[in-house]
Amino acid sequence: MAVEHGESPAEYIAHHLTHLKVGSGFWTWHVDTLFMSALLAFVVSFILWFAARGDRSTKAPTGLTAFVEWIYDWVDQQVAGIYPGQRRFMTALALTLFCWVVAMNTMDLLPVDLPGHFASVFGAKFWRVLPTSDLNGTIAEAIVVLALIIIFSVRAKGIGGYLREWATAPFGIWLLPFNIILNFIELLAKPISLGMRLYGNMYAGELLFILIALLGFAVTGLTLWSGLAFLAQIGFGVGWAIFHILIVLLQAYIFMVLPIVYISMAEEHH
Amino acid sequence: MDINATFIGQIIVFLIMLWFIAKVVVPMIAKPIDERYAKIADGLAAADAGQKQLQQASASADQIVREARERAKQVDEQAQRRSTETIEAAKHAAQAEGARLLAAAQAEVSNESVRASEALRREFGSLVVKAASTLVEHEVDPATHAKLLERLTDDIARG
Repeated sequence: MAVEHGESPAEYIAHHLTHLKVGSGFWTWHVDTLFMSALLAFVVSFILWFAARGDRSTKAPTGLTAFVEWIYDWVDQQVAGIYPGQRRFMTALALTLFCWVVAMNTMDLLPVDLPGHFASVFGAKFWRVLPTSDLNGTIAEAIVVLALIIIFSVRAKGIGGYLREWATAPFGIWLLPFNIILNFIELLAKPISLGMRLYGNMYAGELLFILIALLGFAVTGLTLWSGLAFLAQIGFGVGWAIFHILIVLLQAYIFMVLPIVYISMAEEHH
Repeated sequence: MDINATFIGQIIVFLIMLWFIAKVVVPMIAKPIDERYAKIADGLAAADAGQKQLQQASASADQIVREARERAKQVDEQAQRRSTETIEAAKHAAQAEGARLLAAAQAEVSNESVRASEALRREFGSLVVKAASTLVEHEVDPATHAKLLERLTDDIARG
């Protein structure tokens, strides 16, 4: 428990919200975010690959294979409901985002102090285990989505058609500057809101776990208040963790569906 | 909340994962699923076709049975008609034959009676002549009287 550090509650919170950093200025790297997201990307990719490999057309599927096929089919149906036309890449994008974001969000359910302790064994002073509560992480995904929106728009309309839409929609050619301003805002609002939403939700969830853990500071000995604080910490922690499972999956679902919606909208003509 | 180079690394991680999932994993997952869908669709289509064929076959079987029944009825009626006709024809033939035989018999009978009465008349004539000749033997020229008597006989015979 946090008391062992001999920190004040403010120091405790600050410590939990500090990344393990390398470099300085803009060229600062959050080692924990990068390591955790890459590790989870690898784990998720490996599990999916492991489940999908081998002869599946004649042999009975294993439990893992059936599970992965079920997720794939569900994601595919979601994409089919949103995206008209050839959707294999969209399904891959949605599957990647969903599985990866679920895996990353799930890190929030680890006990707040455990990853930090574990990392300190390897000499890390700080360790934020939740990559999706780092704005760098969610904005990076949103930037890729932004790039895909532009790529698919151009692919559907051609460079000329896409630029003409920038100039003429929605007010017509005579209000060209307003069109450009509006399109610029519209284009940026989508990925920024996408990244911010996930970041905000997970950051808030993480912060609430930390605040619940602060109840541990009130446990000072065998007193009535200590006992109540202890029970409250356990009760709130369990309650919030169970509720947070919903947020973990819901945010991952939103983060999977919205890019497909945006790309689908971008391919439509105004 | 500080934006720094981390997001560049994160983009790279994301792109690598996206590439791997899109190029390797999703085709691996999707191929057997697509094959399975195709197989199930084929099976359902085959079942549909079989059902249709069965319906057609039973319909044509019904048709054949109906035709056969119709034909049997026709044959039956024809046989009945023919047997009635045959019986009628036989009846007619028998009646005609009976009538003919009856007519022939009647003719025979009348012929016989005519012949008998004629013979009786002749015999009666000659008896009369004999009796008369016996009575008037000497006074009568037999030749002349024979002629007279013959004429008489003929008259009697004619009735």
